[in-house]
Amino acid sequence: MSNPLLRIERLALALPEGADRLYAAENLNYELNRGEILCVVGESGSGKSMTANAVMGQLPPGVRAAEGRVLFDGIDLLRLSEPEHRKLRGRRIGMIFQEPMTALNPLMRIGEQIAEVFEAHGLLTTRQRQARVIELIDEVGLPDPRSIARAYPFELSGGQRQRVMIAMALALEPELLIADEPTTALDVTTQAQILRLIKALQARRGMAVMFITHDFGVVAEIADRVCVMRHGRIVEMGTAEALLAAPQEAYTRALIDAIPGDALPPEREAREEVLLSVEGLSKVYRSGGGWFKPKREVAALNDISLTLGRGETLGIVGESGSGKSTLGRCIVGLERPDAGVMQFAGAPLENRSAALRRRIQMVFQDPYASLNPRIRIGMAIAQGPIANGVAKAEALAQARTLLATVGLDEAVAERYPHEFSGGQRQRIGIARALALAPELIVADEAVSALDVSIQAQVLELFVRLKRELNLSLLFITHDLRVAAQICDRLIVMRKGLIVEQGSAQRIFTAPREAYTKELLAAIPGRDRGVSHLATVTAG
Amino acid sequence: MPYVSFILGRLVKAALVLLAIVVLNFFLIHMAPGDPAAVMAGEAGATDQQFLDDLRERFGLDQPLPVQLWRYVSGVATLDFGYSYRQQMPVLELILDRLPATLLLTGTAFVISLALGVSAGVLAAMRAKHPSGSLIMVVALLFYATPLYWVAMMAVLVFSVLLGWLPAYGYSTVGADYQGLAHVGDVALHLILPATTLGLFFMAVYTRMTRASMLNAGQQDFVKTARAKGLAPGVIQRRHVLRNAVLPIITLAGLQAGQMVGGAVLTETVFAWPGIGRLMYEALMQRDYNLLLGIFFFCALLVIVFNMLTDLIYRLADPRIKEAR
Repeated sequence: MSNPLLRIERLALALPEGADRLYAAENLNYELNRGEILCVVGESGSGKSMTANAVMGQLPPGVRAAEGRVLFDGIDLLRLSEPEHRKLRGRRIGMIFQEPMTALNPLMRIGEQIAEVFEAHGLLTTRQRQARVIELIDEVGLPDPRSIARAYPFELSGGQRQRVMIAMALALEPELLIADEPTTALDVTTQAQILRLIKALQARRGMAVMFITHDFGVVAEIADRVCVMRHGRIVEMGTAEALLAAPQEAYTRALIDAIPGDALPPEREAREEVLLSVEGLSKVYRSGGGWFKPKREVAALNDISLTLGRGETLGIVGESGSGKSTLGRCIVGLERPDAGVMQFAGAPLENRSAALRRRIQMVFQDPYASLNPRIRIGMAIAQGPIANGVAKAEALAQARTLLATVGLDEAVAERYPHEFSGGQRQRIGIARALALAPELIVADEAVSALDVSIQAQVLELFVRLKRELNLSLLFITHDLRVAAQICDRLIVMRKGLIVEQGSAQRIFTAPREAYTKELLAAIPGRDRGVSHLATVTAG
Repeated sequence: MPYVSFILGRLVKAALVLLAIVVLNFFLIHMAPGDPAAVMAGEAGATDQQFLDDLRERFGLDQPLPVQLWRYVSGVATLDFGYSYRQQMPVLELILDRLPATLLLTGTAFVISLALGVSAGVLAAMRAKHPSGSLIMVVALLFYATPLYWVAMMAVLVFSVLLGWLPAYGYSTVGADYQGLAHVGDVALHLILPATTLGLFFMAVYTRMTRASMLNAGQQDFVKTARAKGLAPGVIQRRHVLRNAVLPIITLAGLQAGQMVGGAVLTETVFAWPGIGRLMYEALMQRDYNLLLGIFFFCALLVIVFNMLTDLIYRLADPRIKEAR
């Protein structure tokens, strides 16, 4: 097509002085045609979102366009005044964001927030706006549009909120929709629905979509063309089919390969020695309740029984609200179950002693939040052993060794957490867990916050440590592709119940329950052959 | 229906809290050293035991403590707060007589501090990177750090003594006997110094809190969404940022409002304002138990009432509260 809707020419975005590099993005050149979905793919820090901000005229303070042009239908967006740019936002360029839970104003009704788009551009009468709001809510597939319009954001689920965001972005039928990781925060089945919705609306309206993502599975689902970015530069561009089938650049290849799930672990013999056994575990969360109000009860765990052999990796897979994290926390001893019996190497876990506590350790999801920012990491690792009676000097020396074990330089023990990247921090988190020489590690979404290439490295680390130290692993995740890569056995959970369990091989190749099938079907990219799992499950 | 049951529940709890406060106050004051009969006898110039015993019997002070408590609590339940033997008047009458002046002072201070403080905070937030924004914060810090009585005395010195613009003390001009509008104007003129002085501290707190809260709300994702809609900056600040930033301010305003009866002792004393604060000061000096207990009761009542109001307003301002408990 000769006349693209969006043409980015030699764009350079300068970062403020003192940043780790000069440009957030440089020498960017790409086009986006009407009726086309372009996926901009990259890991964190690749500059993919910053480009979208430049198009929206929403660059963060300190970042400026140093060079180049951003032509939208012939208008150079970089030369527009703020009021001129504002007229385009919402009207001709719509945008949706990553976090549906926080992207809506918590104090305003959904209907008001959608109607605001018309108000911002002085369109329609109040009555017409209300009617249009109902139509839009209906169009994005939400049930009972009238009550949704009256609802507040907290009354909606994440997926529903993202639908509201889409309704809002599409209210004025923009020619360009920018979607910045719109499905990253959603459960896998919800993600599949939202991707279908965006695709359907795009086809119906002939919009151009700039879809920013880190996930090649999502790319395979939705992209017409793909632009791979790294460190602010374009690595490779091409049609989705060509690029996925035969990536030219090593980095693209690496990203596609890094998607976990290319190989299922071989079927293994059931373990002889049972390390952990859980029987009839139940946990009910009670909230609220007052003189005139009934208590609210949520059964997070409902009669859960499982066993874990020594040296085995057991995956707990489920969507949000399935109870998988509660299960992990009960086993580590961070939550007290209401009922049930847990045994660890023959000893009961109720009222466990410090010695027993030491043998089960946890690695948390958020490597940023789980380290105290004021404590040097050597000390952070050593605190556990010190609390267990090891001399301070000895514990610190041991911490250095552990840093080497998880692939970091021993010298970094003197540094503070903010000096590390996400992947490095998760290595620190693992070293901290290892410091107490545990026999079982419970990893709760331990790689979910990491970029795919880093994710692959951390998973490799888990596999290596498990082998070298004969560890057992309880691996909690929402991501089936991650589970496929590392787990010997899987338990699929939903709403506090075990839906299905079996060897990873069996669950992926021959799932028995409808819900497991649904989860597998929702894995992005499975139809387009990105994920090897696709071929396995299809066959 | 949940709203009604919520209010009912709160009312029952409030009544219980009030009862507990009445009982506690009663014991606290009886544990304090000093015997009112001795003080009164001393002032009357009589020292003999017979006179003291007569006094004690007259005021019921000779009864065992539980009996005194029972008499007191059942009296309070019927709005009978007893008799102030020092002032020779029923306690309720004394308090109701002084209450309007105090409420006028503290209410004005409340409005001044809330209106000016929040406005200054909004301004400081919108100019966070501008010198004028920093200036606002410096001034606020100054007000926040300076002791109230010192500000009061300096204000009198500057505006009354040096400039002669405003009256230095009192509720109205003594002996002027203004009527109608002239009286209102006279009181208003007398009100300016004490009300502003009293409001300064909270004004500074509101300014700082509003600014911090606005800046925090301005960082939220939904503000990005509002910009992506193409809304004008003014609308975004008012409808999205301020509306979310106002929640902690409601909490603080509730705390301040609760102190409206008991929080002005110092200001009323410095400015010779004829309110509850001064009455309390006098009652304390004279061991006027009944009067003190009555004032304590009203102080507590107001705190409880405004706590309830705060909760109600908070529920209206934040829809999430109703569900997430």
